[in-house]
Amino acid sequence: MQYYVPFLMVAFILFAVGAIGVLVRRNFFVVLMSLEIMINSAGLVFVILSYFSGTISGQVFFIFVAAVAASETAVGLAIAVLMYRVRHTVDVTEFSIMKR
Amino acid sequence: MEWLLLLCVLSPAVGCIINGLFGRWTYRAAGVIGSTFLGISFALAIPLIIYAIQGHIIDYDYYHWIISGKLDVPFGLRLDSLSAMMLGVVTFVSFMIHIYSIGYMGGHKGYARFFAYLNLFVFAMLLLCMGNNYLTLFIGWEGVGFCSYILIGYYYEKKTAADAGRKAFVTTRIGDVGFTIGILFIILYFGSVKFTDIFPQAHILPPMIATIITLALFFGATGKSAQFPLYVWLPDAMEGPTPVSALIHAATMVTAGVYMVARSAPLYALSPTGSLVVASIGAFTAFFAATMALTHFDLKRILAYSTISQIGYMMIGVGVGAYWTGMFHLMTHAFFKALLFLSAGAVMHAMHGILDMRLMGGLRHKMPQTCAVMIIASLAIAGIPPLSGFFSKDHILGEALMLGHPIIWMVGVITAFMTAYYMFRMVFFTFFGESRVPEGLHPHEAPNVMLVPLWVLAVGSIVVGAIFGIKMHGHIPIEHFISLTSPVAFPKVYEVNESLLIIISIVAGVLGIAVAWLSYIPKWAPKWRSWFVRTFHPLYRCCFNLWWVDEVYNCLFCRPFWHVSERFLWKVVDDKLIDAGVDDVGRIAGLAGKAVRILQTGFINNYAYWVSAGALIVCGWYLLKIM
Repeated sequence: MQYYVPFLMVAFILFAVGAIGVLVRRNFFVVLMSLEIMINSAGLVFVILSYFSGTISGQVFFIFVAAVAASETAVGLAIAVLMYRVRHTVDVTEFSIMKR
Repeated sequence: MEWLLLLCVLSPAVGCIINGLFGRWTYRAAGVIGSTFLGISFALAIPLIIYAIQGHIIDYDYYHWIISGKLDVPFGLRLDSLSAMMLGVVTFVSFMIHIYSIGYMGGHKGYARFFAYLNLFVFAMLLLCMGNNYLTLFIGWEGVGFCSYILIGYYYEKKTAADAGRKAFVTTRIGDVGFTIGILFIILYFGSVKFTDIFPQAHILPPMIATIITLALFFGATGKSAQFPLYVWLPDAMEGPTPVSALIHAATMVTAGVYMVARSAPLYALSPTGSLVVASIGAFTAFFAATMALTHFDLKRILAYSTISQIGYMMIGVGVGAYWTGMFHLMTHAFFKALLFLSAGAVMHAMHGILDMRLMGGLRHKMPQTCAVMIIASLAIAGIPPLSGFFSKDHILGEALMLGHPIIWMVGVITAFMTAYYMFRMVFFTFFGESRVPEGLHPHEAPNVMLVPLWVLAVGSIVVGAIFGIKMHGHIPIEHFISLTSPVAFPKVYEVNESLLIIISIVAGVLGIAVAWLSYIPKWAPKWRSWFVRTFHPLYRCCFNLWWVDEVYNCLFCRPFWHVSERFLWKVVDDKLIDAGVDDVGRIAGLAGKAVRILQTGFINNYAYWVSAGALIVCGWYLLKIM
């Protein structure tokens, strides 16, 4: 077994936690947070592999990823605000207008 | 020279394109443009014909059209004595008809369209005559069929005209099936469609196959040349404008079958059976159509039946193996039949569209020139020497007898008598006797643009036969010329005294005219006419009702077809099979949509679930592949 595999396991667990959170939670904010976890788990993989391969590019990538994640969160929060204004709730199951 | 030939053939096509595409802007010039391009064609034809008379042959492939395995179909033209004669006849007579049309069609709706079609028609005919292989011939063959359809149905707002056009198209198409089969057999046995490949080695054909090929080709000819089983479209074709009738009957279209048989002479020479069928059908048609022309009152329809009858004569000529006689009659017939139609058109023009002879009579005072040319043409078709029809008809009958077909000869002589009778019945009815013209109608002589072509054709009708048909230096010029390409196929059986034959055919013609005179000119004529009709009532009714051929065809072919179409094809195949099938396909799509709709819950979580499930599957797939 490669010596960096345990680190990758951490990243994988984080990703799984995020994914399950996105799938099962109803609160929009929690869904957003789970998304962040997923993104950061991917970032973590970048950093881990960059560290063990002795190159810097993975870490540079993570900077980009963090920037994209930040802007995405901003958009997500804006959506959350709008949702609350329309429905007075942030429960995602209430938003099934695509069905109709 | 070969490029001159190509130019000569393509010139009418250029005229067609100009009038067809820019007809909106050519206005009254359309007629002049159309005639000019045909005039160019005729002018170019003159050196070509002289070239051919000198004994040269042009056979040139311009490009290779279809190459498939061993089969190589070029687009090529051929000028030899046979096609040179056709070239001359077609371009000259069509040129005259074009000029006449300038006057006749003046002010009609679709003037440019008319000339575009006319040019296209001549182009197709030239292609048919000049092609150096069966497929090029076939294109022209279909081209004239199509052009006849659009020209007969020229007054397409009139239902009868549109129907007549369709009838012509469908009927000739039935014949074309036979023609196609013939060509396929030729490809099968020779691996080529070029005349130069086929004819030199024609003798390899088994006699049976030669008979099949010749009969199949002839079946095509019966459609296009209006012979017995398939002639029914031609009388209806009178719905088209008169110049079109003249063009169809004289220069283009109906003569195609005769030309094709003469062109395929080496094949027909191999099959005495096939040739005999051609001659018999020709003789029967000549007689049969003549009986139908006897009692009609419609000026143009009489001419239509006379055309069928005369084409029958040509078929006798090419059927007995004396190809030059058929071609000779084709040439003389082109002149006098064009003349007859155009003068009938002049009468119709003067009578404001009336064609019923019972409403005419005494027109010779009103239109003396038309009357004169009509009489010339009628004398020519009746076979009175020294007009052109006499020579060609006499040669056909003489050759038929000499090559051993006495029955066909007899039928031909009787038909000659009837021809003379009905033609002069028409002349006497129309131009002599008392005027029966309705009140308020003032017939007048045709304008000069129409009269000039009439007189040119009249001169042609008088002299053409004598120029080419009289023996000079021991041989008949036209026989010598045509036999270069299509020599007489069978040996002589009888030796007959030619002057006796000439006397017999003259007597038949004169007798016919005399009977017509007796039945329509003297004071007591109506009395004896009604006596005649009463005595031979069944016969008269048969002729008058055209032997009920149209009705029989209707019962035998059209009705069953119609019933099958409605009862089975429409109500069962279409409604139950095709429509139901289409409906079911639609229903399946709907059901599939319903099934897939279950997946669309509207909850984002579910979508995310499917996305991640998909991602997992893809990742798992690749992992499995790696491991």
